[in-house]
Formats: sequence, structure tokens, C-alpha cells
Amino acid sequence: MSLHTLSVLVEDKPGVLTRVAGLFAARGFNIDSLAVGPTETPGLSRMTIVVNVESKPLEQVTKQLNKLVNVIKILEHDPGSSVERELMLAKVKAKGDARARIMEIAEVFRVSIVDVTGTTLTIEASGKPEKLEALRELLSEYGVVELSRTGRIALGRGERGIQQKGQLRVAKAAGAEDQPDWTGGGV
Amino acid sequence: MKVTGAQALFRALEGEGVDIVFGIPGGAILPAYDPLLDSSVRHVLCRHEQGAGHAAEGYAWATGRVGVAMATSGPGGCNLVTALADAKMDSVPIVAITGQVPTPVVGNDAFQEADITGITMPVTKHNFLVKDPGEVAETIREAFHIASTGRPGPVLVDLPKDVLVNETTWSWPDRVDLPGYKPTTKGNMRQVVEAVKLMLRAERPVLYVGGGVIKANATEELFELATAAKMPVVTTLMARGAFPDSHELTLGMPGMHGVYTAVTAMQKADLLVAIGARFDDRVTGKLATFAPDAKIVHVDIDPAEIGKNRVADVPIVGDCKDVTAKLVAELQRRLDEGVEPPDRSAWWAQIREWQDRYPLRYDQQPDGPIKAQYAIERLRAHAGDDAIVVAGVGQHQMWASQFWRFERPRTWINSGGLGTMGFAVPAALGAKAGQPDRRVIAVDGDGCFQMTSQELATSTTEKIPFVTMIVNNAYLGMVRQWQELFYDERYSQVHLTYDVPDYVKLAEAYGAVGLRAERPEEVEPVIEKALSIDDRSVVIDMRCDDKEMCFPMVPAGASNDEIIPGPEGLRPQDDPAEAPIA
Repeated sequence: MSLHTLSVLVEDKPGVLTRVAGLFAARGFNIDSLAVGPTETPGLSRMTIVVNVESKPLEQVTKQLNKLVNVIKILEHDPGSSVERELMLAKVKAKGDARARIMEIAEVFRVSIVDVTGTTLTIEASGKPEKLEALRELLSEYGVVELSRTGRIALGRGERGIQQKGQLRVAKAAGAEDQPDWTGGGV
Repeated sequence: MKVTGAQALFRALEGEGVDIVFGIPGGAILPAYDPLLDSSVRHVLCRHEQGAGHAAEGYAWATGRVGVAMATSGPGGCNLVTALADAKMDSVPIVAITGQVPTPVVGNDAFQEADITGITMPVTKHNFLVKDPGEVAETIREAFHIASTGRPGPVLVDLPKDVLVNETTWSWPDRVDLPGYKPTTKGNMRQVVEAVKLMLRAERPVLYVGGGVIKANATEELFELATAAKMPVVTTLMARGAFPDSHELTLGMPGMHGVYTAVTAMQKADLLVAIGARFDDRVTGKLATFAPDAKIVHVDIDPAEIGKNRVADVPIVGDCKDVTAKLVAELQRRLDEGVEPPDRSAWWAQIREWQDRYPLRYDQQPDGPIKAQYAIERLRAHAGDDAIVVAGVGQHQMWASQFWRFERPRTWINSGGLGTMGFAVPAALGAKAGQPDRRVIAVDGDGCFQMTSQELATSTTEKIPFVTMIVNNAYLGMVRQWQELFYDERYSQVHLTYDVPDYVKLAEAYGAVGLRAERPEEVEPVIEKALSIDDRSVVIDMRCDDKEMCFPMVPAGASNDEIIPGPEGLRPQDDPAEAPIA
């Protein structure tokens, strides 16, 4: 099992999220994180899905995803050649001495404090998932009242976008490198 | 021009060339049934929505055109679910149109409300909930396009009552714009060249032909390929009729109840050329031991099928018709260059020996009970090459696929992937509606028949006559067979009885002709009598041996090497002549 990050470009229509999530659920795969939002193109949304699964079953899911009529393109991100980021909000207990220490941590991590009460501080942090994980662990010593994370979003490095050719490296059968671009649509 | 959503629906159906829809009206779909009266579309009033769904499937199988089923909201749509799942598994192009509660109350648990797009999402190729009467025509256009292109499949269009009632301006889109749906239909030529190289090198090749060949109308191309390459051909349950059974290259059907030679030739092959087939578990048996020495050429229009069960050495994504034609051309080019395939005389000698040693067989004693296989063979002899035969699921289905000699495509209709009992009667109705000039015969089991026999009423009132031969063995026969073989003859909940219901009386009650045969000498006269009637449906209560089992058989989960040829339990490895070929 290993973590895979998929970007899925979809039509912005009702039910698309259910269709996509349904393909994972039908195979008993748990989605680690999911982020959806609009893109540079009106009418298209981009989903970033992180799943913990073997490569072979993932290949079958991505091919099935490609067959969904509302799915335009899929890209699996290679961690070495993509930028992955996440946003976290954490409300931390901050009384007495803890207050200063938490503010110190925030400074070291270069994250902002966005809400202050007499007893808590709310921290807004963005960055690589590992950085947020490290921050969360440090903060947990002081007591996290509540925490919310957006899930990962990702873009490939370099000048090309998901909608241009050359970015696609998913949904090919083993030994099928000679195939034409399969990821253009459903079946 | 102003039209209601319901009027737009029928104008769109007419625009798609629909001649028949199968359905049942109800509350939410009611507005659609009024413009129906003014439409050229014929509505066949079924007795159960599942029947309407299977009838649409039977129509699609028999004609190659999209079948259409209509139902109301809630239970109407829910009753279509089995037919949709069946069509998804067997890639049958159908469009289901369902009524829905008015949009303002969708999600409010209104009367007869069910979230049918949610329910059918996993069992359709795609589905739509239409929220604006202005989108009805466009959605129907898209639904038919999606159902009939690429890998065919079922599409559902859900139409809330207010969408049907409200008015819009009629407009018929001249093209379909689906940015996320662009099936790859043209096979990659480089891959075709590689595939032909393998075909010309193989010493023990087998052409593994699946239902995609029939769906793509590629049977002529297939015939050219098989005869040019002189390769033995197996046709799967979904592909019976894709290649003539009378041809010398034919080995018959592979799989769990396939012909010994077809199963074993695939096991021993050094090359499988799979065209429109999906390496289904019923064909491969235990996957890890399936055709261990074979290289794989896999042609399919669905990229997700390639490498799903078996890694392909040469994958070719594309329409079977396009790719097969390219394979023929490339093969011919290489043969014209003087390239010769290796000597395959040893392979053919081995195949002929298997065929001699393990033919399909049964033992009909003149004074014994009727054997289902005998009845099916006699029925086939009288029905001719052109008849369309429809089966349900179980022993009778396997016997029909084994003993019916198929010569033409679209003469065989059955429920393969989903294994839907009760498929035959409504599917035969749909097939006959689509091919009124052809003889349509359902070979059904007694268990199957009782699940959907109400469509005989539809057959009588709509004047869509067909013959149903019930292989009545008083049991859920395939389940009984498994209990006999694998559960130590502990029979649990499988006995149905021969005479409840009285199938002759039941047929007569529905306005059909009921006939019965109980002894072997009655088989032929009853069949002749049944086939002499073409203005009414006929039901034959064929009382068959209740102990007969279906062979050959590969036990579930076993390797295809462990095929049991017949009731004696004789296994090939008992026989030194069956030692594996190097």
C-alpha cells in the first residue's frame, strides 16, 4: 500500500462527486483526503484525491474514473515533479506560559495566528502535508480544541497544465505504452 | 415552437428513430403518456417494469438498436434496476426513462419518490436527472449517444413531473457535446503490426471471441481473420453466433460449462487473440492457472478491460470492427510477402483428438425420461438457422448454448454477466417486437419462467407471439447440481415440483397455447405442433429428467485443467494421452 495523489478534472455538475467517490467505495478503498474546487476554466472543477492503495487496483479505479462521462482528465502526481499543499486551521488552548510558546512555534513554522481569545489561539497554516503534520504534533502538547484541514491540492511542476497533452501518465494498461492518449474520455 | 417537456420527450425519441418503447405508466410519468397517443412511437404495455427492462434488452440484442423502457417514479424505477444491472454487465444499449416527483418536492419523501439516479449510478453507464424542460431533447440525444457508442450500456433519464408538464421552445441539437466522453475507436496500427507478428509466430494459437464482436457488427471481419489465419475459434457465451458452429475452425464455447476442446485448447495455447472478450472468471476458471503458456493479444473498446484480469502482451484499444479489419489487412499483407506461419499440424491433430474423445454428449434412452439436451437439439433442428433463441439462467441456458448450433450473429440472447433468472420470457418478447418476421424461441427453466411469466399476457394482448420451451426438471436445477456435487447431496430449498403451477393451464390462462411432453417420443410432435403456430404464443411444458446434470464442468474456483468432461468424473489427467503439450 502506498499513498497516491490524483488530480481529476471534472464537469461541474450535480452528482459528479458521488460518481467519483462511489467508484472508490465500491471497491472498499478509503479516500484519505479529497479537495474540490473551481479551476481556470468555467464549468470545470478539479478534485484532488489522496488514496492509500496498491498500484494495480488503483490503475483499475483510474480507468473506471476515466469512463465516467463527467470526468475530463486524470493525472497521478509524481511526488518528485509536483507541488502538493494543504491548509490547516487549528484552535489551540493557550493559557499562561503556553501562549508565548505557541506563538514562538507559529513564528518558527511561519504560520499566522488568525483568531485570539483569552484562552485560545487559532492558527492558520499551509504547506506540505509533512509540515502540517509536524506542526499538529507540536500543538497537540498544548491541547487542540478543534482542527480542520482542507485535504491536499496539487499541481504538476513545469509549464504544462492538466488540460494539455504531455502531462498524462495514468490509466495505461501494463505494457500499453504504445497506446494513443486514453485519458481523453469515457467508454 | 412551444412544446411541453413530455412532447419534447416523444419528439426526441422520434428523432432518435425509436419505433417501440416498453413500459408501464404511473403517477409521475403520466404527463408523458398523453403525447404518446399522438406519436409514431409504439408503446408495448408490459405487466412488470422488470419485464419492460428485459424486453428493451431483448430488442437491443436482436436488432443492434437502442432498446427503450419507460416506468414511473419510485417502485417503477426500482423495478427497472435488475434490467439495468443486467444491461451494464452484458453491454446492452438501452435507455430507461423514468418519471420523478416534481422538482420542488424532490428529496422530501414525496409519494412514490425514490432517488433513482442515486440508486442506479453503479448499474448504469450514465444517468441524468433533468431539471428543465428545455434540456429534455438534448438529454435524450446524449443518452442515446452514450448508450449506443463506445462500449454500449444502459442509460437512465429521470424526468420530474413538472419538467414533463412545463413548456419550452423545441430545439433539436444537431450534435452531442460531451467533453468527457470520447471513446477510442480506431486501433493503433503499430499494435496491430505487433499482434500479427505474434499470430504468424504462434504454434498453438486460439481466437478467443467475445460478445464485443457481435456488438461491433464485426462478424464478417472475424470470419475473414479466422479463415485467413487458419486459427481455431472459441466463442464465449456472449459471442455464440459470432462465428458459424458448422465451420471446421470452430471449437465451440469455452468456460465453466464449455466444450472440453475449447477449454483445453485455450489452456494449452501459446497465443490467445482475444477480441471483444473480457477474461471473465466463468471463462478463465482459476486465473493464476489460466492458459499459462499463452501470450495475449487483447482487443477491446474499453481500456479498463485491458489488463484487468490478465496482462496483455499486445493491448489494442478500439472498436472490434475497425481493429479486426486492420488485423485482416496486415495479416494478408504479411502472407502476400511470403511470411509463413509455423507448421500447426500437430496442434490441429491434438485438437481433433480432443474433439473425438470428448464431444458434447448425453444419453437419451427411448424409454427413459426426456433429456433436456435432446429436446433442445430437436427444437434446434426444427427451428432453422435464422431463429432467435433466448435463454434464462441455469442448466437450460448452458444446454441451449451447447446444443443449439449457431450459424449467425444475433440469433442468441441470454443473461451472461449478471446471470438474471427470469430474463428469457420478457427478452423474447422484446426480440420478437424488434424482429417481427423472425421466429423467436425462449428456452427457459421452470424456476426462471415463474419469475417473469406474466409477460405472456403482454405477448397476447400486444400480439407479439413467441414459443417458450420450459425445460421443466422440477428443480432449481443448477443449484441442485451444485448441492449434489459440492454439498454432499444435501438438497436445500431447490425442489419446485413438476406440476405446480400447471404450465399448460397457465399458458391457456394467458391466452397462449399450452403443450406438454412427458416421454421422449412426444418431444418431436410437440415441437412440430408448437412451431406450426405463429399467431399466438406457445408454452411447452417439457418434462425433463430431474437428475440430469450439466457437463462438462469446471468446478468454481478450480483450474480449467480440472475440467470434468462428464458424469463419470473422468478427468483428463487420468489419461496418459492427455499429457500437457510442451
